[in-house]
Amino acid sequence: MSDSEPTTLYAAREPIFPRRVSGPFRSLKWWIMGVTLGIYYLTPWIRWDRGPNLPDQAVLIDLAGRRFYFFWIEIWPHELYFVAGLLIMAGIGLFLFTSALGRVWCGYACPQTVWTDLFLLVERWIEGDRNARMRLWKSGWTLRKVRLSLTKWMLWLLISIATGGAWVFYYADATTLLRDLIALDAAPVAYFTIMILTGTTFVLGGFMREQVCIYMCPWPRIQAAMMDEETLTVAYREWRGEPRGKGTKRRALAERAAASAQAAGPRIGGRSPRIPMPGIDPAASQADPAGNEPGDCIDCNACVNVCPVGIDIRDGQQLACITCALCIDACDDVMARIGKPRGLIDYLAFSDEKRERAGQPSLSVWRHVLRPRTVAYTTLWSLIGLALLYALFVRPEIDITVAPVRNPQFVVLSDGSIRNAYDVRLRNKHGEDRPFRIQVAGDAAFRLDIEGVDATQVPVPADDTAHQRVYVVASANSDPALADSMGIRFWVEDIVSGERAYQDSVFNGRTGQ
Amino acid sequence: MMESRTDHDPVTGTETTGHNWDGIQELNTPLPRWWLWTFYLTIIWGIGYCIAYPAWPLIDRATAGFLGYSTRAEVEVQIAEVDARNADVAARLASADLATLERDDPAYHYGVAGGAAVFRAHCSQCHGAGAAGALGYPNLLDDDWLWGGTLDAIAATVRHGIRNDTDDDARWSEMPAYGEFLEAEQIAAATEFVLQLSGQAHDAQLAASGATVFAGECASCHMEAGTGDRETGAPDLTDAIWLYGGDREAITESITNSRFGVMPAWGPRLDEVEINAVTLYVHQLGGGE
Ligand code: SF4
Ligand code: SF4
Repeated sequence: MSDSEPTTLYAAREPIFPRRVSGPFRSLKWWIMGVTLGIYYLTPWIRWDRGPNLPDQAVLIDLAGRRFYFFWIEIWPHELYFVAGLLIMAGIGLFLFTSALGRVWCGYACPQTVWTDLFLLVERWIEGDRNARMRLWKSGWTLRKVRLSLTKWMLWLLISIATGGAWVFYYADATTLLRDLIALDAAPVAYFTIMILTGTTFVLGGFMREQVCIYMCPWPRIQAAMMDEETLTVAYREWRGEPRGKGTKRRALAERAAASAQAAGPRIGGRSPRIPMPGIDPAASQADPAGNEPGDCIDCNACVNVCPVGIDIRDGQQLACITCALCIDACDDVMARIGKPRGLIDYLAFSDEKRERAGQPSLSVWRHVLRPRTVAYTTLWSLIGLALLYALFVRPEIDITVAPVRNPQFVVLSDGSIRNAYDVRLRNKHGEDRPFRIQVAGDAAFRLDIEGVDATQVPVPADDTAHQRVYVVASANSDPALADSMGIRFWVEDIVSGERAYQDSVFNGRTGQ
Repeated sequence: MMESRTDHDPVTGTETTGHNWDGIQELNTPLPRWWLWTFYLTIIWGIGYCIAYPAWPLIDRATAGFLGYSTRAEVEVQIAEVDARNADVAARLASADLATLERDDPAYHYGVAGGAAVFRAHCSQCHGAGAAGALGYPNLLDDDWLWGGTLDAIAATVRHGIRNDTDDDARWSEMPAYGEFLEAEQIAAATEFVLQLSGQAHDAQLAASGATVFAGECASCHMEAGTGDRETGAPDLTDAIWLYGGDREAITESITNSRFGVMPAWGPRLDEVEINAVTLYVHQLGGGE
């Protein structure tokens, strides 16, 4: 143990003031923000006619009625495997994108990123760009600062309320709920949910921002396991940019380079140490190994200033980077202005780094993206998707499940016949009441006896399940009555449409005791 | 205070904590301070929770917490709420004529569901959780009833019980133990006749003489054809259902020593709602008449 103590184990959050930037990636992000937010806020208001007995909201999670409606699809609780399948697909999709393109989810589509982007937009609109915001931050609490802050917080709060509010509309009829909410007539859980989501949106989007990504979210840790040296991710072409420099330093470097070209001078080292990229010798990471020729980086810090997590991508790939690609836009803009080719910061794979340092061209994007690993993920993803689609299209509109009563297994009736009882559930997924007919098959000796119903017809209400106790009797000394157990099949038929479904079960005879 | 001196890792330039194990140094990447505050906040919350709610286990109970909360009290409130909501339908059930109660009447459903609970609490000990009975305890699922399977008959049986000393209206009958005044041969002959009545393998010769014994001793209760009598709870000997077993041995035992099944009267222990409920439940198990 050394006797020295670190200065501090905890640090206050460094405020970050990302500068405005424009470019292809920023435009793409605006588009994605518009589309995802649009989907989120507007979906509950889409109507979809399903007939008189069913709700007309296109997307509705009806917890009380235990139904999930998605346009023409209706999911019952026993079909939750659709939801499970979609979640698995979402997981594998995330693996696929991460192994191909790094943290694209984080950079473009994650709600934390999208809402933070929206909040930043508001902030920039009210308080100005980076420099103005920094001045405001440092200044004392003047009337202007109070006014600007209050305006900003008010707008954030409005967005937050809309966000929390939109969430609850997915769980009830949106128009009715909105009316109830305004009339203070809605269920307490609705207000409670809105309050919680308003609070989280406001705090996470307005104040926590990159702290969520760096310290709270597990995904940055998991993603590392899914990336390899072929993964395209945002990186800095160190071999092209270094040694960086600006103004006078740059001129000096250029002069020294000219001098060393004549007399191959001693190698100049002593740059501040940094984490080397895997497999690369830091000494080789310079355009000019002698370190005399200035690199393309003019050290203008544009890439740092636009970064929403406040890091310097030139330090190498790091956990905090959400790969939003804004530094690419920023740097490309600078390169265009100093007349250098774009891409000093770029989507780049580690394996390309070696090639480029050796003066070879990098592989095409497709060579990086189409690898056994991504093909395997895609195949798996598609197979699950196809299986779900298949299940979706073959699932019947009527359904029967049979639970044999096992206490007791059978009952001896006075004439010696054997009776088994079954709890039958009949599902009618049609939007109207339907009469169902139940029949049994298996042995001629089986006689069906439906409790409380004289005929073998059971009325099943629209979009509902009917629960029916059904008795099957085998006459005395018949085969099934004497057997240990015997297969039996229950058929259900929708008398209106003629659809049929069946379920197999078991009939227990005397010797089965 | 120790002098604050900071070391830096030569490779990364990151400050170290100063901890050094066999030359391995620990880098100091400071945690955000809000994280620390969150941690303190959870401690404060935990202390507050322990004071407000039941928390610390003592020998025979836990500290109560100043809010006075208890899950038991909460569930009592919930039960009371449900009872209040069901008060109307319960009152309807208590005074209903079960025989004319419609099957889609809420009182019927309330009765069957509640009856199942009553049955599990009070009846399943003898009749079994599935109501299939056991040797000496009638199966309530079949179509054979000793004292009648109509709603009224079942309600009377539940209310007053069978052969108990506590209820004057209890159903009563007593089969003599014939071992005390019949010869063994006569009992054997009667046994063969009973086997014949129920269509089982028997000794035809013995059965013929058993018929005489039966007509003299048994027919007064079990009827001449052996079909039994519900007035006296005498079992039907011609069917396939046997409360104490239907083989030669069991029948001989029943004739020799007789049987005396007792059921308590539930009238004093269940209220009207519960009696009607359990009656409806038993009646719809598959054998109700
Ligand atoms: S370094 Fe910053 S700006 Fe660049 S991609 Fe990462 S998070 Fe975005
Ligand atoms: S924006 Fe480009 S040129 Fe400017 S500091 Fe960043 S990497 Fe260097």
